[in-house]
Amino acid sequence: MLGKSQKAAHLAEDITDFTVIQGRSLWQDARMRFVRNKAAMASVFILALIVLFTIIGPYFAAWSNEEIDWNVMGDVRGMGMPSVESGHYFGVDDLGRDLYSRVIQATTTSLLVGLIGAATALIVGTCYGIAAGYIGGRTDSVMMRFVDILLAIPATLVIILLLVVAGRSFFMLFIALGAVGWLTMARIVRGQTLTLKNREFIEAARAAGVSEFTIMYRHILPNLLGVVIVYASLLVPEMILTESFISFLGLGISEPYTSLGRLIAEGAGTMSYGTLWQLMFPLSFYVTIIITMFFIGDGLRDALDPKDR
Amino acid sequence: MLAYSLRRLLAAIPTILLLIIACFFLMHFAPGGPFTSERPLPPQVLANIEARYGLDQPLWKQLWDYLYNIVVHFDFGPSFKFKDRDVNDIIAQGFPISLTYGSLSFLFATAVGVSLGIAAAIRHNTWIDYFAVGLGIAAQALPNFIMGPILILTFTLWLGWLPGGGWNGGQWQYLVMPVIALATSYMGSIARITRSSMLEVLNSNFIRTARAKGLPTRTVIWRHALKPTLLPVVSYLGPVFVYVLTGSVFVDIYFSTGGLGQAYVGSALSRDYAVLLGVTILYGVLTVLVNLLTDLAYAWFDPKIRY
Repeated sequence: MLGKSQKAAHLAEDITDFTVIQGRSLWQDARMRFVRNKAAMASVFILALIVLFTIIGPYFAAWSNEEIDWNVMGDVRGMGMPSVESGHYFGVDDLGRDLYSRVIQATTTSLLVGLIGAATALIVGTCYGIAAGYIGGRTDSVMMRFVDILLAIPATLVIILLLVVAGRSFFMLFIALGAVGWLTMARIVRGQTLTLKNREFIEAARAAGVSEFTIMYRHILPNLLGVVIVYASLLVPEMILTESFISFLGLGISEPYTSLGRLIAEGAGTMSYGTLWQLMFPLSFYVTIIITMFFIGDGLRDALDPKDR
Repeated sequence: MLAYSLRRLLAAIPTILLLIIACFFLMHFAPGGPFTSERPLPPQVLANIEARYGLDQPLWKQLWDYLYNIVVHFDFGPSFKFKDRDVNDIIAQGFPISLTYGSLSFLFATAVGVSLGIAAAIRHNTWIDYFAVGLGIAAQALPNFIMGPILILTFTLWLGWLPGGGWNGGQWQYLVMPVIALATSYMGSIARITRSSMLEVLNSNFIRTARAKGLPTRTVIWRHALKPTLLPVVSYLGPVFVYVLTGSVFVDIYFSTGGLGQAYVGSALSRDYAVLLGVTILYGVLTVLVNLLTDLAYAWFDPKIRY
């Protein structure tokens, strides 16, 4: 009698409704915040276009990046400008090489440098930081003292030193960039590890007899991931900047390979002859990449580290 | 405060010593010295040259002599490339120039960056704010080696207002472009840091209290909000100093200002390890000292820090 009214039926349905409310994990939350960030999403789109361009672009190139167009070489200013007929879509450089192919090659180099340099820094810095922070005590202070000393030398000068001492090559460039990039990462990770390692869940894991290595790997590392990703995303443009700076000075990658910094240097050297495209194409690619990466890094920070800024 | 400063200063000494030793060994195990050329020198000549520079001594003796000369005489030894100059001469010639435009751009970037950041935060979400934020981001994406060509293109090639390079005793026309090129990118960073820090401070309780007391906005901002706002800026000044140091390498090359950067890259290309080592050590020591100074300034600025 009591349970027959419609209202009561609804109520009963509500009470017996056991479909679980879908909870959102930290990562889903972060993804939603990131997707809602217009500047960051636009930047991802533009950066994806640039990456796509470096992959597909070579199939449309009429000239390779080493080939010299002898017809144009004598009169770069008059005949070397960007045109579709000659196949030099971005014009030619001072030696008559096709700038389109060279810009693609340089953009690939710069992006790779950023990614691999940041990845090296990320892996080394995280391992070092977790180890120092988790072991603690005297080991920690010795390890961090070492980092402090290395941080005291201006990073770019260290890279120049390493490249001069060990010779200029792709491999050495990545090593050198990674060698200076991991320092700050190690500091950040260590700080985070220190705050994590005294928390209850770590204590619980230890009480349950989990080995030290597993604690670091399974319990501390996942909790660091947000901070590490944010810092790594800010590290990528920094790596590209540093590499370009060194290449600009002529101490980076050697010919026939090139990077955006080198192309900008060449374009800046010849701009007084009226061949402005040699500066403008690499420059616009460069500035676009850096700005989009800044926005993506900021977006990631806002998404993963939600403090009102 | 004094005890704290002394303690920090003492802690900096082993750092500097280790820095010198590390650089020394790095240089020493480098393949190819300054005297290896395409046409190999006769062994007797090479032996004579090495004796002249002390390279025939055992390694520990070389290191000891090097350290001793730096610490006691402040002498970085002779250059390997220029027979009539030693490293001290090269530093003495280049460093004042780098110091002049470096400190000018340091001041310029800090002053403009902080004012932009404060203006943006006070006028939050108005066109001033948007303008300052846009300018800050654009400036950050324009590091010195991008700004250099852009400035020369505009002011030398198109407008013809400023000379494209040289030093000429540091006349202002020769200073404008190096200073701006060097300052732009971290001016952007400083502006963004100041803005977000000011916004955070303006939302804090003690500012609300100051407002509730009825203090005029001007007093609230200059008397109460400014000092805590500048804390993150002060801690950023150490990295800024490093930017200026490395940036000066570019400026010296691109604007031919004749500062220390030219000597640095020149010695890197010609493998003149003595100069390379000397300049790196000088920059490293300066960085350690500046970091020390910023730490002290931070301690002075932040009432929460106890030593």
